[in-house]
Amino acid sequence: MIASHYVYWTFFALMLIGLYVVISHGNLLKKLIGLSLFQVGVFLFYIGLGKRDGGSAPIISDDVETYSHPLPQVLILTAIVVGVATLAVGLALAVRIFEAYGTVEEDEVLERDSADRVAEHDRERAAEHDGGGT
Amino acid sequence: MTGQLPVLQVAAPLLCAPLCVLLRSRLVAWLLFLAAALSSLACAVWLAERVDRSGALRYAMGDWQAPYGIEFVVNGFNTPVLLLVSLSAVVVAVYSRRSVEAELDSRRAPLLYACLCLALAGLLGLAITGDVFNAFVFLEISSLSTYTMIAMGRRRQALLAGFRYLVIGTIGATFLLIGIGLAYAVTGTLNMADLAGRLTGGHDNRALQAAVVFVFVGLAVKMAVFPLHAWLPAAYGEAPSAVSTFVAATGTKVAIYVFCRFAFTVFGASLVFGSMPVDRIALLLACLGILAGSAAACFQDDLRYVLAWSSVAQVGYIVAGVGLATTAGVSAAYLHMIMHAVTKAALFAIAGLLLLRLGSVRLSALAGIGRRMPWTFAAFVVAGLGLVGVPPTAGFVSKWALVTALIERDQWPVLVAMLAGSLLALVYIGRVVEVAWFREPPDGAEARRSPASMVAAIWFLVLLSLYFGIDASLPAHLADAAAEALLGKGGG
Repeated sequence: MIASHYVYWTFFALMLIGLYVVISHGNLLKKLIGLSLFQVGVFLFYIGLGKRDGGSAPIISDDVETYSHPLPQVLILTAIVVGVATLAVGLALAVRIFEAYGTVEEDEVLERDSADRVAEHDRERAAEHDGGGT
Repeated sequence: MTGQLPVLQVAAPLLCAPLCVLLRSRLVAWLLFLAAALSSLACAVWLAERVDRSGALRYAMGDWQAPYGIEFVVNGFNTPVLLLVSLSAVVVAVYSRRSVEAELDSRRAPLLYACLCLALAGLLGLAITGDVFNAFVFLEISSLSTYTMIAMGRRRQALLAGFRYLVIGTIGATFLLIGIGLAYAVTGTLNMADLAGRLTGGHDNRALQAAVVFVFVGLAVKMAVFPLHAWLPAAYGEAPSAVSTFVAATGTKVAIYVFCRFAFTVFGASLVFGSMPVDRIALLLACLGILAGSAAACFQDDLRYVLAWSSVAQVGYIVAGVGLATTAGVSAAYLHMIMHAVTKAALFAIAGLLLLRLGSVRLSALAGIGRRMPWTFAAFVVAGLGLVGVPPTAGFVSKWALVTALIERDQWPVLVAMLAGSLLALVYIGRVVEVAWFREPPDGAEARRSPASMVAAIWFLVLLSLYFGIDASLPAHLADAAAEALLGKGGG
């Protein structure tokens, strides 16, 4: 089972590595790398579905008997475009986050947000006290 | 000409998006979005009317016949979704003119409108397509534009909210892609009707069962089903007001429609709800979502986060209806989808108006607004009672339908969760009302005037929800037709 389907096992391992990187890393850029790896694993899985032993590229020719299935390849061309767009949006957001916070570590960003919230809360309390005093 | 309407509905907003970017004028971009929304609504009304009269409509893209080409299908199950999305877009277009002007600079406003056009095109395409891979592509079009729009929020927290949604949303969409790949590996087709035809047997097929799991987990992320809802509160809470209004009304609803479409007309109820326990899992997660979402909403100190957490709970109600897998349940789910979209859009629109006038929607900033802005506050109370489900609001009608459907199947635990959720809704809406009505307004705080277009959009939604609460024949008719088309004979 493992030996005969080793291609699928490889692809699923690649997907899991990608997913693990997304979950385990706090760095936004590393998250995006993991996300890309995960998507590439899925792309390869589709390509693997369409491949036949000894099949050639799907271009009609007299001396070829078996062809690989072209449809999964076409689908994945579309999915690659989607993946590139996702990565581009993600990187653009990472740049904006770096501009706004000066860091791309998720926990540092969250720390600064909670510091903001505490400051805001203090300001409100102070304003309330002023209102009560006058 | 009318034969091309199914594709025109999606193509018009798709074409307007690049025009918005190229022309770079706030006014022109807004006009383009308004035109796209109006043309979509016109198409949706015409299509709905046509389907109601003479049954399902199929459109072969580029005249490549299914199952080889991509086809668009308009049937009872998606006409309510098309109407809902395009009507929300029109209302948001009216609302967004002044709201976007206040929240975004003139350089970025056209880009926001371009993203709104793309999101509209993506959601309509997702609702109308009859091809599973095409559904993935439209899902990504709508999602990518939504991530971008969320990140355009006023505060810097919006950036991380957008990024997190991007990561979680992409994982969800990729899960859907894996599921579609597995289903394709089993059947060799991507057309929904064709898939359904080839999947009548073989329920023990492991690859097929894996496909069902991957598709549903991927969609559950987009639907924000508990416990995959983590992206939603920050995304809705930080997005620009026009965007949170549009996304709250449509985003999760379209994903729920796609869930129904896959469950009933692609994989088939006997596989999904018979051989696999999707219904029991759905009901369990629905109960947890209703309780957790409502409870979390009670502890938020920002109005938009209260509404966002309440959306997590409301998705639970809809999923409970779908999880029953009966005609009454699915019909109630559709009804609640429509009613909740109207109500929640009204509430987010009001939150946007308050944000514009007060500069903050933290509960502490809302002290005394009931006296300073009685009309806005009245609209909030009416829409808020709709969330609780008090007659004669829209929320009552759909919750009643859901209760009837639950009793029919003896699902008492879900019923208890639902009642508890409604009581909690009374708590979190009541908390806002308490602050707004009974606390003293801060002295000297001068509020800006309310723009007429925003007020008009809000009152249209509020009055619509009241109208549906009194005379629900139109949404009930649409919901019944949808349930019949889904649970009937496949319909494809």
